[in-house]
Amino acid sequence: MKKWLKKHSNFNFIIGSVITGVLLLTVLIGIFATPYDTTQMSAADKFAKPSLAHWMGCDNYGRDILSRVMEGMGNTFLIAVLTVLIGTVFGVIIGALCGYFGGLLDDILMRINDVLFSFPSILLALVIISLLGTGRLNVTLALGIAFIPSFARIVRSEVKKQCSLDYVKSAALMGAGHMRIIFVHILPNIMPVLLSSVMIGFNNAVLAEAGLSYLGIGVQPPAASLGRMLSEAQSFLFTAPWYAIFPGLVIVLTVLGFALLAEGTTEEE
Amino acid sequence: MSESLVRLKDVEVSFASGGIKKTEKQVLKGVSFDIKPGEILGLAGESGSGKTTIAKVILKMVDIKAGSMERTTNHPQMIFQDPYGSLNPAYNISWIMQEPLRMSTKLNAAQRQEKVIGMLKEVGLDETYMERKPGELSGGQRQRICIGTALMREPRLLIADEPVSALDVTVASQVLALLKRLHEEKNISILFISHDLRTMYNFCDRIMILREGRIIEEGAPKELYKNPKEEYTKLLLASAGI
Repeated sequence: MKKWLKKHSNFNFIIGSVITGVLLLTVLIGIFATPYDTTQMSAADKFAKPSLAHWMGCDNYGRDILSRVMEGMGNTFLIAVLTVLIGTVFGVIIGALCGYFGGLLDDILMRINDVLFSFPSILLALVIISLLGTGRLNVTLALGIAFIPSFARIVRSEVKKQCSLDYVKSAALMGAGHMRIIFVHILPNIMPVLLSSVMIGFNNAVLAEAGLSYLGIGVQPPAASLGRMLSEAQSFLFTAPWYAIFPGLVIVLTVLGFALLAEGTTEEE
Repeated sequence: MSESLVRLKDVEVSFASGGIKKTEKQVLKGVSFDIKPGEILGLAGESGSGKTTIAKVILKMVDIKAGSMERTTNHPQMIFQDPYGSLNPAYNISWIMQEPLRMSTKLNAAQRQEKVIGMLKEVGLDETYMERKPGELSGGQRQRICIGTALMREPRLLIADEPVSALDVTVASQVLALLKRLHEEKNISILFISHDLRTMYNFCDRIMILREGRIIEEGAPKELYKNPKEEYTKLLLASAGI
């Protein structure tokens, strides 16, 4: 771990870690406590400007925006993490099997993959949501399924590359079975590429969740979501710009933080 | 078969190539030979003559189209040409060298570790290499690790596919000396694949010349180099400056 950190201690990695670390810390704090109740309305605080009492101001119902951003980040992050988890687990299994065995299995699975891949992931998610219905779980499932093809393709190509190396043939001669060769011998060698893809995938999942919530089919009210907050704030862009600025800024920082981390992990010292 | 570790009889191998309209390329055309216990058999020929395919036939890594291959040894091992690609870069030397034992024995971690230390000594390295990763080693050290790893399962046959062609002259001669010593100490048969006839002269007991998938000539090095019958063999010897 120490060696890995030393190897990747470049500017992008450090800045990305700081931004992501601060955001994750905020999410963690938000799980246990927020400055105000996220659903409590207050007519007196309607469109209150950012102040010491309300650091990010208040929305059209007088709800504290910082509290809602903290809750919204939690929801968005949770959906993004689960989405990437589904995409990675199934993508790795499908991609690794296709890349390693090739042949008919590869042809069939990759053609199905190509069909799914030809749809933009948010459009594919919309189709799946229209079948499953809205809600946090369904959005996660829909985005997870939509993310499988891209991970499968990356893993397949990396596994194919590794299979041409002699250490894989050597492992077979040692007596290792196919599954051991794939998951013990090959997989650790594609981790850097996979890790970077996971981080980029996380960014895409954050944006996709925000997009779906913005369209009103993601996280449902009264629960907070960064995308839904942006959607609600657009009517008050000129009267209460802070309502849109802070959730938007958090999305930008999240994407920036993880993009820099992804860049930093592929870049060596 | 009683006196042979491996016997190939009229072996033919073809590979399909091309896109939609696939064509078949015959790589081996009726190859027959034996490898005897304790023998170092050289297999020489230019690139694309089918040398590595013969190795793959013995290791059952390719399907035979016609003919037969019989093996009395269960798990022949191979030393590859490229020492940089034949060790798993994700693990340290100790893990890599223990892997054959994990697959074939029920030894515990401490026993495996002990065997690795012993093998490292046999290939001229010490236990300080255990925690290093392949990326931290030179080409010669890596090839020694490859040889050691291949010997962990105590094979009776070792296939060395151009094991020194990626190494510089000094390191190459050290690796060859190591192979020769291990062959003598452990009575391992070696199929030594190379295009370098100079190296093969001192190393092999018998040499076969392969051309376009056929064995065109074979014999003891002294005899073969002195009185080559085939024009192609003469050409190979001349190009090697012999």
